[in-house]
Amino acid sequence: MTTNIFDAPVPDTSSSTAPVLRATDLSKEFFGVRVLHGVSIELYPGRVHGLVGENGAGKSTLMKILAGVYQRDGGTVEFNGEPVSFSHPVQAMDAGLATVFQEFNLLPERTVAQNVFIGREPRRGGLVDQKGMVTRTAALLKDLGIDFIDPAARVSRLSVAEQQIVEITKALSHDAKVISMDEPTAALAGHEVELLYAIIRRLAARGVAILYVSHRLREIFDLCDEITVLKDGAFVSHTPAAELDTAELVRLMVGRSISTYFPSALEGTVPGDTRLQIRGGGNDWIDGIDLQLRAGHITGLAGLQGAGRTELAEAIFGAAPFTRGTLAIDGREARITSIRAAVRSGIALITEDRKAQGLALGQSVLNNALLAVRSVFSRRFAAAAAALPGVLNTLELSSRGTDQEVQFLSGGNQQKVVLAKWLLTKPRIVVLDEPTRGIDVGAKVAVYQLIRELARDGVAILLISSELPEVIGMADTILAMHDGRIVAQLPAGSSEQDVLAAAVAAPIGGTP
Amino acid sequence: MSTATGRGRRQLDTTAIVFIALAAVMAIGAILVGTVGRNFLSPGNIRDILTSMSVLGFVAIGQTLVILGASLDLSVPYVVSLSSLIAADTMAGSNARILPAVLAALGACALIGLANGLIVTKLKVHGFMATLGMGLVVKGYLDTQYKGTSGNVPWNFQLIGATGIGPVPISTLLMLGFAALVALYLARTRTGNHLFAVGDNVEVSRLSGIRTARPVIAAHMLCSVFAGLAGLLLASRLGVGSPTVGTQGGYDLLSIAAVVLGGTLLMGGRGSVWGTIGGVAIFAVLDNVMSVMQLNPFLKEVVRGVVIVLAVAIYTGRSIARRRARFGPDAPPPAPGPRDSARGPASASAPSPGHDAREARR
Repeated sequence: MTTNIFDAPVPDTSSSTAPVLRATDLSKEFFGVRVLHGVSIELYPGRVHGLVGENGAGKSTLMKILAGVYQRDGGTVEFNGEPVSFSHPVQAMDAGLATVFQEFNLLPERTVAQNVFIGREPRRGGLVDQKGMVTRTAALLKDLGIDFIDPAARVSRLSVAEQQIVEITKALSHDAKVISMDEPTAALAGHEVELLYAIIRRLAARGVAILYVSHRLREIFDLCDEITVLKDGAFVSHTPAAELDTAELVRLMVGRSISTYFPSALEGTVPGDTRLQIRGGGNDWIDGIDLQLRAGHITGLAGLQGAGRTELAEAIFGAAPFTRGTLAIDGREARITSIRAAVRSGIALITEDRKAQGLALGQSVLNNALLAVRSVFSRRFAAAAAALPGVLNTLELSSRGTDQEVQFLSGGNQQKVVLAKWLLTKPRIVVLDEPTRGIDVGAKVAVYQLIRELARDGVAILLISSELPEVIGMADTILAMHDGRIVAQLPAGSSEQDVLAAAVAAPIGGTP
Repeated sequence: MSTATGRGRRQLDTTAIVFIALAAVMAIGAILVGTVGRNFLSPGNIRDILTSMSVLGFVAIGQTLVILGASLDLSVPYVVSLSSLIAADTMAGSNARILPAVLAALGACALIGLANGLIVTKLKVHGFMATLGMGLVVKGYLDTQYKGTSGNVPWNFQLIGATGIGPVPISTLLMLGFAALVALYLARTRTGNHLFAVGDNVEVSRLSGIRTARPVIAAHMLCSVFAGLAGLLLASRLGVGSPTVGTQGGYDLLSIAAVVLGGTLLMGGRGSVWGTIGGVAIFAVLDNVMSVMQLNPFLKEVVRGVVIVLAVAIYTGRSIARRRARFGPDAPPPAPGPRDSARGPASASAPSPGHDAREARR
């Protein structure tokens, strides 16, 4: 790796006068739900503008409107002083407004150069000039100070960081005046983050305006000249970065009381014995996991996208088993090396993606609900089938009957079918990975109520969620994960600030 | 950060593997043929192998194109038969009518391919069903219009299928020439490049401004035209057109097998024409060796089947994308940057790149 890239000059912010992009009073609705209203933002050449907010604050929606992926319902966007309205991402790209999304828009089987020039391949004598493409891509990479990416290499062989650089190169090949980046460091290691910093500073020094979205507040402060905060789809503040500190920024982001719809612990809930004890657990994706789940006790697990929460859930559930450390169930050492072993030991996992991992969408409610019992505890099948109506009733499932295909149910009702599937296995340890993602408030409350009932009945619960209020409102103990490890344990009722700070590994007033 | 090209062992190009496998099959075949006292490399035997390659070669070249675009063509055997009949009927023994006959046959094939392409891209019917249906339509036409062989191919046209330069048949040279043209088309035209892109990921292609229907329609048209060329070659060899010549050859499944054996992903987006030619050659050599050895025909099919399944298993094992390790022996060593020391004890260990590759690929 060359080091010259770290010598990029500090951006000269004094020269910028007129904004290159000015979005005023943007609004957007999805199915009658306001996800963005009255949001304005201005981007100046050579300046890095941080955009922060909690999950669901509207950051991604704003970026996608600017990129032409979504159409705005209200407001105006001016680019270089001209009013613009992009109906397709390619239009925005061609105009000089590039976006690096979290999910990369790259073709894995094509080369770096072919990806950079996709859709506008240069031609010589009527034929696509593959060599020219490689040369021009190499030049663009060199411009960024990158000499370790082969323009002729297939993208599927690059690391995520390298793929990100390819996305940025693609933006540069369009001569972008504005580059927005959505959580660009979510999947990067520390030294790769440094590299990205250097690239961003270099771009800013060349007069490119950067819109930088990140959960990692330290990065926002490291990089950004100014910061806009969104909350619940609305504009909160726009402040020069120098006038803010972490605590103040977190206060701006959170700034609301925890919603009241979390039911409190039920009568007769008694924290009991340790159900699951993991010491020094680890595999290729997580490490040094010390975890104790107790009967009747809800353990909340917070962390950013990519922190390793789902990997931990999969390790407990035997889907990607632990390869290090010890695991004991009810005090007896156990080896959970397969999903069947986990289910037999009384472990259930409510997966984060119910459509892809939780349900056979074309199958009936009945078949889905009985799937786990049927495949693992076939002898209990008759009993489970008899218990099914009662369980569905408790969950208040609304369907046209148990023979309805689950694909026609609402998200909330689908989730109830997933829950029924696992309740019928009579689990003693339940791991819920984002159990309320994409379901309406009524169904959320039903899920919370169910979690409380499970706790009362002596089930040990691990609740994984990106929604901080959910973790705080439900958990008796809160754990924070970062970079594949559990980095902090906080008591029930901790503030969102403290949990967020632990999850972003940015200490507020001392080490977490 | 590790370099893109220097990381780990450099994987061999799939096409190279196909030709290594071909060389191995030939070497083993030569030895086996030698044990029964025959010469594998005799001009006569080489001519036999090359001759048997050319018809399947034409069909498989076309099949490669549609498979690269993540489609499939099951109508090829009927198109082959139709082309042989149109050509032989139109020629009717006259040298002067060779050119119009060829144009008429290929034109009809192109129309069938156009219909296939439009059904796949506009009606969003998967290529498997679209071309199965189209194949049945053509079959119905053939069954009702023709009771048996038909037409008469003049001697001049029959020469194409019968002559050669030394042990190399003209038909094989033509097939290889067309393969080279298609390779050029794929590598150096925008439509060819976009065919790979669309086969790799339609949505990314669309969001990158590619008109995603065009390359797939073009691929289907070319595929049918190549099936038509195969039909012309068969007519030249037989001297007549035949309504069953395509189905007898089993060109639908055999061409797909040759394409996959040649390293092209059945999911589309990756592969090469030369790999397909290698796959066709492997089949031809296997068939030849087993014929010379007078192997029982049942066993021949078993060997073919095993080869196809083994090949796909090997390719799949090579191309599975795994979530990259963050910890453990496979993880790259942490290279702490100057900032790491300031990040607090919680993040002192650097994760590897790409632990989120799974998410990123969604």
